[in-house]
Amino acid sequence: MTAEALLLLIVFGPLAGAIIAGLFGARIGALASQAITTGLLVLSAVLSWVVFAQWTWGDLEPFTLTLAPFIHVGEFISNWAIRFDGLSAVMLVVVTSVSALVHIYSWGYMAEDPSRPRFFAYLSLFTFAMLALVTAADFMQLFFGWEGVGLASYLLIGFWHHKDSANAASIKAFVVNRVGDFGFALGIMTVFWMFGSIQFAEVFANIDEIAGSTWRFIGYDWSALDLAAGLLFIGAMGKSAQFFLHTWLPDAMEGPTPVSALIHAATMVTAGVYMVCLLSPMFEAAPVARDIVTVIGAVTALFAATVGLAQNDIKRVIAYSTCSQLGYMFFAAGVGAYQAAMFHLFTHAFFKALLFLGAGSVIHGMHHEQDMRRMGGLWRYLPVTYAVMTIGTLAITGFGIPSLGLGLAGFYSKDMIIESAWAAAVSHGGVAAFAFFVSLLAAGLTAFYSWRLAFMTFHGTPKWAGEGAHGHDDHAHDGHAHVGHAAASHAHDVSAHDDHAHDDHGHGHGAHTPHESPASMLAPILLLAVGAIAAGYAFKKQFVGDYQEAFWGGAIYNAPTNTVLEQAHHAPAWVLWAPLAVSAIGFAAAWYVYIAREGMGARIAARRGLLWSFLYNKWFFDELYQATFVRATKLLGDLFWKVGDQKIIDGLGPDGVSGVSYALGRRTGRLQTGFLYHYAFVMLLGVAGLLTFALWAWRA
Amino acid sequence: MTGILSLITFAPAIGAALILALRAGRPASPQGDDLARWIAFGTSLVTLGLSVLLTLRFDNANPGFQFVEDIPWFAGLHYRMGVDGISVLFVLLTAFLTPICIAASWKSVENRVTSYMVAFLLLEALVIGVFCALDLVLFYVFFEFGLAPMFLIIGIWGGKRRVYAAFKFFLYTLLGSVLMLAAVLAMIGASGTSSIPDLMAFRFEPWMQTWLWLAFFASFAVKMPMWPVHTWLPDAHVEAPTAGSVILAGILLKMGGYGFLRFSLPMFPDASQAFAPLVFALSAIAIVYTSLVAFRQTDIKKLIAYSSVAHMGFVTMGIFSFDVVGVQGAIFQMLSHGIISGALFLCVGVVYDRMHTREIAFYGGLVKRMPVYAAIFLLFTMGNVGLPGTSGFVGEIMTLTGVYFSSTWTALAATTGVILSAVYALTLYRRVIFGEMTNPALADITDVNLREILIFAPLVVATLWLGFQPGLVFNITASSVDGLLDAFRTAVGK
Repeated sequence: MTAEALLLLIVFGPLAGAIIAGLFGARIGALASQAITTGLLVLSAVLSWVVFAQWTWGDLEPFTLTLAPFIHVGEFISNWAIRFDGLSAVMLVVVTSVSALVHIYSWGYMAEDPSRPRFFAYLSLFTFAMLALVTAADFMQLFFGWEGVGLASYLLIGFWHHKDSANAASIKAFVVNRVGDFGFALGIMTVFWMFGSIQFAEVFANIDEIAGSTWRFIGYDWSALDLAAGLLFIGAMGKSAQFFLHTWLPDAMEGPTPVSALIHAATMVTAGVYMVCLLSPMFEAAPVARDIVTVIGAVTALFAATVGLAQNDIKRVIAYSTCSQLGYMFFAAGVGAYQAAMFHLFTHAFFKALLFLGAGSVIHGMHHEQDMRRMGGLWRYLPVTYAVMTIGTLAITGFGIPSLGLGLAGFYSKDMIIESAWAAAVSHGGVAAFAFFVSLLAAGLTAFYSWRLAFMTFHGTPKWAGEGAHGHDDHAHDGHAHVGHAAASHAHDVSAHDDHAHDDHGHGHGAHTPHESPASMLAPILLLAVGAIAAGYAFKKQFVGDYQEAFWGGAIYNAPTNTVLEQAHHAPAWVLWAPLAVSAIGFAAAWYVYIAREGMGARIAARRGLLWSFLYNKWFFDELYQATFVRATKLLGDLFWKVGDQKIIDGLGPDGVSGVSYALGRRTGRLQTGFLYHYAFVMLLGVAGLLTFALWAWRA
Repeated sequence: MTGILSLITFAPAIGAALILALRAGRPASPQGDDLARWIAFGTSLVTLGLSVLLTLRFDNANPGFQFVEDIPWFAGLHYRMGVDGISVLFVLLTAFLTPICIAASWKSVENRVTSYMVAFLLLEALVIGVFCALDLVLFYVFFEFGLAPMFLIIGIWGGKRRVYAAFKFFLYTLLGSVLMLAAVLAMIGASGTSSIPDLMAFRFEPWMQTWLWLAFFASFAVKMPMWPVHTWLPDAHVEAPTAGSVILAGILLKMGGYGFLRFSLPMFPDASQAFAPLVFALSAIAIVYTSLVAFRQTDIKKLIAYSSVAHMGFVTMGIFSFDVVGVQGAIFQMLSHGIISGALFLCVGVVYDRMHTREIAFYGGLVKRMPVYAAIFLLFTMGNVGLPGTSGFVGEIMTLTGVYFSSTWTALAATTGVILSAVYALTLYRRVIFGEMTNPALADITDVNLREILIFAPLVVATLWLGFQPGLVFNITASSVDGLLDAFRTAVGK
């Protein structure tokens, strides 16, 4: 078969599965739905690796397969297409592999859920949207996939839709992503008018003409490409949960754990990184936008790592870890090492999916307990899970020996990022130096929270044995008596986590001994473990090493002046050893607090120190947004409705026409207050007039 | 094919006459009511068939008017009919929605069925007439008389406050009508013709354009409706029966947008250009303001009505962008909104027929008992939110893109609509469909039945089909829009 035909199967197989399971799931039954969706996904994954192998070691050329027109109006031309190049080749294997494994895993994890056809349909629908995203040849299809994965994410976060917390989390995810898409959409419009096209190929071909020019936007003259790239990056911030727009990701953990692994760790949230790398020709010519990417990425890497230190929900720790690692990828791209960003995206997909699925195995084995303070000593009961989680932890902390050049997957990709930041810092200083400093600090924090998770879960004294003694009330009490309960509608509270699945699964409540998960769950984790161990070593030459130019085949562009990746390979020894050293410190600290002085962590938490509270409450972002944006939206809505519409407009318009209001027997007393509203009406007209004048004056 | 437009326009009227002939003066009976229903449904299907034929025979490459009929009337006036790429799809949309409305009223309207069906068919005839008329006076007649059946549908078959709502509706449109009538007379006086094609070629003095533009604007802005003359719409929707809401949102609101394209732009180009900032300001306000208001509503229908105002904001802004992407997007947005908002009102109707309340707080957890309904409602909610893959997306992104070139401020403000629409639409969906079913009254609620599924099916297909293949519309509208914009640019000297 030709590569074109293979790609059609890869992309549309999951869609077919989604349609079959979604529309006919009730008729064909859960088992058939699972078999069809999983079968098509496995096929998709195998074929993706075939194509990937042909790309990496064969002589496959990049191509774009145009399937059908989408929008053709004037110069606004978009097609349904499949774009194949180095970037999409990488994304195809990442997306389909993790998705296929998650499909398999869900056979076990969701075994007792009555809505399995719906679940598998959503998973496959997500996969299709993600594939449409990574194979887009223009901005419209990219946006289609972008919002399509958002829809799937919304549906899967809210999969247990009888839970209010899940519903709140799913809306939050959609809305916060829409805030990002607000920038994304404006970015697309800017690109369209700047380049007269929304085709990637045509835009990239004309970068040089636009570079250096200015662009008038909301009354200011902006550096054209910085504006376009900056607006598009806002979209990336939303999708990839970067600082300011990160608040939805931890809440997204309301969704079933396989969803967290697939969507909120390995694939969808990396779409922002993918977008920045895809648009590397544009970002290379947009230094200010790149600096913004660097700063946001670095701040996120550090911020999320600090919050991760103090969380007790096993999934939330991993969620913040994801947030932090995405920050690494962004500042790598920001300093110009797009290849390193993509490399980390690739390896991260394996070990982060592994960590999530491992956490799922723990949760499953612990009868839906997610609070790490009620775990401990599990290694004895879940030996396989323990082993793979340890591998995942070693991988995420980037364990490896620099002098031998041997380590787990994260060792190659994360250290490459740190070295790139160093190289950029040496040649440019500025934000790159900040990123380099942060990258080391965050690496230490990563080691701490990752090992903390491992120790609290698998080591130490078991805290689950006396489950009955300190029941649920107790738990809700000490765990969540934190500031900001007023914002409860926000579902940032995890206290509901322990009740949902009990309803859905009906595990025997009596037997509380943890148990190892079934083979259908362990097999995918073991396969991911292979990736977490070897993905870095196996592909380092292709992604960031000697073969990188041939491997990416022009899909990633580096300006001639950008030699960051090259210089990163010549980093001095201390830069190579520093990550290992800070990770060792993080490990030692975690060991001290959670093993050597077991109970110290709980004592620190009990003291509720200022710093601890700050971290535990995630820097109070939810409370801040609740008090500002959410509140303002409600207040303005009420104001416009009850005062604007009812009193001013109606009061003066139809109801104000005297006689009418009497004839209709509506409220009396209008005439007395009428004066005030006439006044207000004039003001309203004035506002409209001023706005009109303003728009006329700032026509640009 | 000459005469097909008159046939399409008057076919519903013939059906109405038939119903009257058979049923007038007779006491209501179940058999008689069924007869009226079937005649109305059959007539509307014939009209739909003819409209499909019209669209198929339509020559996409021809930017001018087609299927023109011109019969001298009296006193120099002519009966002139014709369609171009801009109007033909509105004829089709009207013919598409009417049978759906009649089917949706099958069980929910039980009182004075005969009159109801007659009113609906007359409404269809008059609205199609609006989109086909090529004579100013004829247009005015259709445009104004078209409101009368709607007025009756709300006033007779409406809810508790139907008289208030109908009166408010009337009051607003009256204001616009009076001014428009004056403008029509002035135009005929100044140009000596009432032929729309001739008027499109006629150049009014700039000062006169200004006044004429404002007079037409008053009428069209009320119809759209634009902020701040929108408050009649939520009341009208809340009181109207389900099918009335579908036609109101689906078709009647489009008469305003159509009017801008047919009259304001081609006949008063200089004034249109001068007033574009006003339209931008009102559109941007409409999008932000009414989206925020929608978010706070407690009545499902009111929420959707407010969201309609916001969506019409995209249309007005797209039209006055004078850019091909913006104008095409505006036409597409009107058609798409006709389908999606119509479907959303039908979704409300489904639960209203069962529970007789539209209070959001009454519902919750419906997905448990009504999974098919939940899926249908989800699709149209996503269409309302403008998710790519539904027709709702295409119009939004294109009108935004169009207006960006004229005013980045407007584009910036209007783009916040993509955030706000997600806020109100998903909140509504969550409160009605998701959560625990706590209201015991809902315990026995039944999922959509076959009749309802058949009503929704064409709307589902249209939403998705146009979402993936919007070219179906653009192929038909392209040459007429190009012609319109070329003439506009020549006129304003750009």
